[in-house]
Amino acid sequence: MNGLNRRRVLRGMLNGGAVTVGLPLLNCFLNGNGTALADGSAMPQRFGSWIWGLGMNASVFVPKKTGKDFEFPEEIEALAPLRDKINIMTNATAFRDNSPLLCHFSGWVVSRTGIAPSNRTLGSETYDVKIANQISRTRRFKSLTVNAAADARVSYSYEDPNTPSPAEYSPLLFYSRLFGPDFPDPNAKDFKPSPRVMARKSVLSGVMEEMDSLNKKVGTEDRARLDQYFSGLRHLEQQFDQQLTKPEPIAACHPAASPKDSDMKLGNESPLVVARHKMMTDLLAMAVACDQTRVVNMAYCATFSNTTKPGYDKPHHTTTHEEPVDDKLGYQPVVSWFTRRSMEGFAYFVQAFANIKEGDGTVLDNMFIVADTDHGLARMHALDGMPFITAGRAGGKVKNGYHIDMKGTTLARAGLTALRVMGVDTPRFGDRSNTTSDPISEILV
Amino acid sequence: MDLFRKRLISGVTGGRKATSLLRAGLFAAAIALPACAFLALPSITAAAKDAAVKGADAPIVGAPKRLRLLTTQQYINTIQYFFGPDIKIDVKFSPLARTDGLLVSGSSIAGVSDAQIEIYQKVANIVSTQVLAPERRETLIPCKPKNDKAADNACAAKFLGDVSGYLYRAPLSKDRLANLVSDAGKAADQLKDFYAGLQLTLEGVLMSPNVLFVAETEEADPKRPGQMRLDGYSLASRLSLFLWNAAPDATLRQAAAKGQLDNEKTRAKIVDMMLASPRLEAGVRSFFDDMFGFDDFETLAKDAMAYPYFLGEAAGDAREQTLRTVVDQLLTKNRDYRDLYTTRETFISPALAIIYGVPTTPGWRAIEFPPESHRTGILTQVSFLALHSHPGRSSATLRGKALRELLLCQKVPPPPANVDFSIVNNPNSDYKTARDRLTAHRANPVCAGCHKITDPMGLALENFDGAGQYRTEEKGTPIDPTGSLDGKDFANVDGLTVALRDNTSLPTCLVRRAFSYSTGGSLPLTAEPALVELNKSFAAEGYRLRGLLKAIALNPAFSAVAEPAPKKAAPEKSASVQPTKVVAANP
Repeated sequence: MNGLNRRRVLRGMLNGGAVTVGLPLLNCFLNGNGTALADGSAMPQRFGSWIWGLGMNASVFVPKKTGKDFEFPEEIEALAPLRDKINIMTNATAFRDNSPLLCHFSGWVVSRTGIAPSNRTLGSETYDVKIANQISRTRRFKSLTVNAAADARVSYSYEDPNTPSPAEYSPLLFYSRLFGPDFPDPNAKDFKPSPRVMARKSVLSGVMEEMDSLNKKVGTEDRARLDQYFSGLRHLEQQFDQQLTKPEPIAACHPAASPKDSDMKLGNESPLVVARHKMMTDLLAMAVACDQTRVVNMAYCATFSNTTKPGYDKPHHTTTHEEPVDDKLGYQPVVSWFTRRSMEGFAYFVQAFANIKEGDGTVLDNMFIVADTDHGLARMHALDGMPFITAGRAGGKVKNGYHIDMKGTTLARAGLTALRVMGVDTPRFGDRSNTTSDPISEILV
Repeated sequence: MDLFRKRLISGVTGGRKATSLLRAGLFAAAIALPACAFLALPSITAAAKDAAVKGADAPIVGAPKRLRLLTTQQYINTIQYFFGPDIKIDVKFSPLARTDGLLVSGSSIAGVSDAQIEIYQKVANIVSTQVLAPERRETLIPCKPKNDKAADNACAAKFLGDVSGYLYRAPLSKDRLANLVSDAGKAADQLKDFYAGLQLTLEGVLMSPNVLFVAETEEADPKRPGQMRLDGYSLASRLSLFLWNAAPDATLRQAAAKGQLDNEKTRAKIVDMMLASPRLEAGVRSFFDDMFGFDDFETLAKDAMAYPYFLGEAAGDAREQTLRTVVDQLLTKNRDYRDLYTTRETFISPALAIIYGVPTTPGWRAIEFPPESHRTGILTQVSFLALHSHPGRSSATLRGKALRELLLCQKVPPPPANVDFSIVNNPNSDYKTARDRLTAHRANPVCAGCHKITDPMGLALENFDGAGQYRTEEKGTPIDPTGSLDGKDFANVDGLTVALRDNTSLPTCLVRRAFSYSTGGSLPLTAEPALVELNKSFAAEGYRLRGLLKAIALNPAFSAVAEPAPKKAAPEKSASVQPTKVVAANP
């Protein structure tokens, strides 16, 4: 780009004084592809990731028939009412080639980066971040990452291999971040730009000027960390701008009251996780309805889930390894109990976006959600026979109601499909055996 | 077996040979199965040994200069030391990746996401609002504006000069300070409030990359031509983060400005002053909290049906109990580090008294357990016992693994991914005790390899349940607490704690972790000679923590700057990076 890079443009804009809310559509802002930002006429597209821990039991999860008109087996019964809103994919593989099998790690990392990790570090950012850079940079939040595990460390979204997106784990704190005093309510009756925010913005530009001298002190790798910092400051500045501009009214944006302190209980017991997941999902859905972000990431639990079943002595993860297979049923009943709770959670998540009206349809019609997990059969740490589920029509780009047998092909096809559907121009995704240029065409319109 | 293991494990050996290797402090490789060996990482390379032998002529090699992100606790301490402990800060920055045994080492590689920037802004607002609150102005603002509804550059410059020198950990350039004063003035005029101007400017300062990142800078070392060392301010920051877990104070920065940190004698004086400061306690607590993996307490939960006596406060109190014991034994009483693992002196709270089965009294109190209590050393405290157990059951394997990894710096490989648990899965089996269950499990030779290095010491802790309460039987069957550690057999936990106390890896592990912690990141293999030296002096001084901290702070390797390490070869990297979260797949 002839010496014009993102940093330089941003700096130029700063020095030029006024920065407006809508960023100019310069290629250098848009991750290499200058077609992403909606001009206001098209319906905005959104992306959601959802993860559950510890795979499933194939005999009661995988539908017998493929294509349309399949029956929902008992482990995914909760999804049956959503038949026309989702697709079930089974029998995918996370190829690890000569990398070690890192339990409860390799699987989701292949799903989200296409790269089998050789140690407990990712090989790249997760693809939700690529999507967020494409479709959500202009939003108040580039993405929102949350979990129902009440654990700040549970995040499956990574800005780069060493930078997890910090996860919201408390509904109370999350509410205040979304809808606290800084919330630019699009439906507020009167709007007055706050002189305090203006002053704040001016101080911030001085802080951004400090980057240059600091950059000189560090090596190349650390400079990338500083660049990331700068880009974060730039996004913060944009948030201030949004607070200074009267937002367009949005009919569906009606934040509920804050959750109460008394609703907040830490702990891993399944009923607490269920309740927390509902609260976090409702907040995410409203954040999307209010167009505060276009990318959301939810972790129902950690992949090595420590959720407990009241009255049962072992948490979910330990149960997958230690519970006997019931001879009659042919699977581990308590493990299946946990998976069923997860599927109920996903059904709630999908329905939450289907409940929000938008134009003639719902937000889910303009959204694509991928739910994935860390293993096929968790008891054996299997990386084959892996399932994932998609939801939403992505503005008409995706058909629903299918069960697709992935026939052992790479799990990375989920990521490639999501990237393409969300408008990230990607010829291929993944590396080594997970390299794919083959999206799941059966569900594409 | 990959290349790395081939290089490190000299051979697969029986128990006796492994013990002698361990004693030699060079290698640890133990068991009869090549699929599973625990490693003492990293090992001394031939080149490093050469350097150690050559002594004074050899180049001093320390850590590379780093770009460290302030940790949550460093941020909080820094603010509270300057503005007062009553400034309330309830914040959690992004989790760091535990790297080579320490969370703090993750701060040298962590990046900053957009969401993290937002967190910085929120907490900056909360802090600056409190600092400029009417009730604090008297004490925290060194001057009064002529008119508190307008700009007052002279007064703003005084406040911002002091504050920025401290928060930037070095004097600010005149231009930048002038900018800040002008920002404060503009905001004050706009908002018709002098203090609001200062508040917004302080909020901005707290967002500065120069404040939140510690960017170390180097200079040529005049005493060692061709070598680099940290410059004065960087060294002051490294010392202060090491010993106080906070930014350097004015005295330390003045010493840096006068070059006093570069001179051995004057540096020793400064370090003595730091070791005498009450802030040392925060530094020592933070180090042990990190080394012991106590961040896991934040999500520790016990099954209320299995352990009704493990109350809500018990987890937090257990963490506090061990940290109090550490401070009392190692700082207040200046005892031998190894005695931390055999002492019966400690402190308990009401929630802990219930678990320990002693009378409750309000608040914390000092206590000495009787010899027959089997509560000897921090291994037998609720913290270690409960943290390394399942929610509803104890785990000899998790405890043994934690003992090796956290306290002896050895690495226990994760279980093979494809283990079939069908032996323990047998629904008709009736294992009364953990020992029965694990014995059945070890019948599988694939499992036996790894479990041999964790279970024999873990089983000696079986007299304590998953919440840390003492018991003599499990499901009506008497518990057999015999065990062994690296060739030493014992009848019960009292023997285990003595064997651990006398294990040569115990003090060397502390030295390794402390030196790594002091530099804020993983150590290059070339730093081994410094560790050899520190091990010697630690032993010579009777394993006193204060002595070790001082020896590290004064060691030339602490302030020397190593060339940035070349990219590690893949096999080495895969073996030396530890999981962010230990995944436990063991019974």
